[in-house]
Amino acid sequence: MHPAPSVIVFTVLSGLGFGYLAFLGLGLPTVTGWSAFFCFALGYAMAIGGLVASTFHLGNPQRALKAFSQWQTSWLSREAWLSVGALVFMGLYGFCAVFLGKLIAPLGLIGAALSVATVFATAMIYTQLATIPRWNHWLTPLHLVSLSLAGGAVLALQWRAAFMLLVIAGVVQILHWVLGDRRFAERGHTIETATGLGDIGKVRMFEPPHTGTNYLLKEMVYVVGRKHAQKLRVIAFIGMIVLPVAIVLITPASPYSAGAAILCFLVGTFASRWLFFAEAEHVVGLYYGKRTERSQASNAS
Amino acid sequence: MTQLPDQTDKKLGLVIDLDTCVGCHACVIACKGWNTENYGAPLSDIDAYGGDPQGSFLNRVHSFEVQPCEGAAQTVHFPKSCLHCEDAPCVTVCPTGASYKRSEDGIVLVNEDACIGCGLCAWACPYGARELDQAAGVMKKCTLCVDRIYNENLPEEDQVPACVRTCPSGARHFGDFSDPDSNVSRLVAERGGMDLMPEQGTRPVNKYLPPRPKDKMRDLEPTATELTSVTEGPKGFLGWLDKALEAI
Repeated sequence: MHPAPSVIVFTVLSGLGFGYLAFLGLGLPTVTGWSAFFCFALGYAMAIGGLVASTFHLGNPQRALKAFSQWQTSWLSREAWLSVGALVFMGLYGFCAVFLGKLIAPLGLIGAALSVATVFATAMIYTQLATIPRWNHWLTPLHLVSLSLAGGAVLALQWRAAFMLLVIAGVVQILHWVLGDRRFAERGHTIETATGLGDIGKVRMFEPPHTGTNYLLKEMVYVVGRKHAQKLRVIAFIGMIVLPVAIVLITPASPYSAGAAILCFLVGTFASRWLFFAEAEHVVGLYYGKRTERSQASNAS
Repeated sequence: MTQLPDQTDKKLGLVIDLDTCVGCHACVIACKGWNTENYGAPLSDIDAYGGDPQGSFLNRVHSFEVQPCEGAAQTVHFPKSCLHCEDAPCVTVCPTGASYKRSEDGIVLVNEDACIGCGLCAWACPYGARELDQAAGVMKKCTLCVDRIYNENLPEEDQVPACVRTCPSGARHFGDFSDPDSNVSRLVAERGGMDLMPEQGTRPVNKYLPPRPKDKMRDLEPTATELTSVTEGPKGFLGWLDKALEAI
């Protein structure tokens, strides 16, 4: 899949922002007054900044409000509702914390639950797609939610929670990569099933339907940069998991150490999210003869 | 609404005969022509006369080579457009309700006024049947020429999708699959019509007829008796000429 920068920025920043807001909603840490103002401003800046970035890849963003209408079937619509709900409840909770100096726990708990649910809904947009076997797995929501909460815990200076969540996120990330590499072949999608011509013999593409490129090839048959995938996985894992875990273990919890840890985390998460899209193989590539080589290569390796 | 109808009154769709398709791409051009001038935003071209031309199409013809275990490989031309699936995954993912499946005839359509161009429906489609128009920013897909098939201003023979009307080899058939006696249902029954990528569980309405078995070369090899002359030789003047020339 095409790794659109707007969608990468959206999922990384909103994920981190909502993860942080979830901890603030749980009262971890308990902040009021000015310090609360800065904490909530940071959480909101990331959550809303990400949501705004997500509209940049729309063909007609002026109609974005219509995306609230189909929550009964569409995870994208559910995500829209949950994100607004999370921002409203956390906004009320934050307002009381900043200006009234009061922490109203029920508001915070609902806001925290909605924040996690928003990240889950984002993940389900990808998980629901049977056309992309690598994403179509229960590990995908676990992957995005565990990263969101791990980053949130680091920002919230919850060192013990951060350590545990980073370890969980690291294990899930490795499983997502290893199992994801086999998913396409396991699902049994081949150029023979795509064309229905397998009963006659072995199928290969003879001539593509068009000489130039098109939307389908650019959006769903993205292959650029896959050769660096293994290096990027190492960079992602070190930045996202190893360095933050080291900082959490070695240094005491402080805004400075959290800042350093979150910078490493962001670099690693951006690399991981780029791979999340760039390595995702859509079945439509079969009609363009694009999946055979790779699935054979991954079978051999 | 993006909830799929439990069942549709009719199941309109296409049968595509992979045996007779000659890969001329006339259906591609007829489709582009009709759908650029009619329903919804035109199918735009980008850099049409430059070095990197590309554009939106609702129907494209792939060509595959199939190599049997023994014998010669065969070429199969493979037109592909929206299959108007009964369990259309493109419809349920739509956040705005722009994508819908009609309960009266099963056609999957896009209400372009409600489409935000997020592209999620194109991601959900296994067949590459949806393309986001790069100029209008809305999703384009086969409408089964909904503005032809019910259009009583057109002569009756034109009240079929443009691709079906134009196909010179009779490889495309339009009809109602809910009627077991319709032309398309009978073709599917007689020729073993098949689904594309059935393991995706989309239950496509459109069916593909597999190529008929090829003749084997050895069946056609001439035998010795077939090669012996069946004429008794020339007579009269030609007979004399034949003998005279042999004698020289």
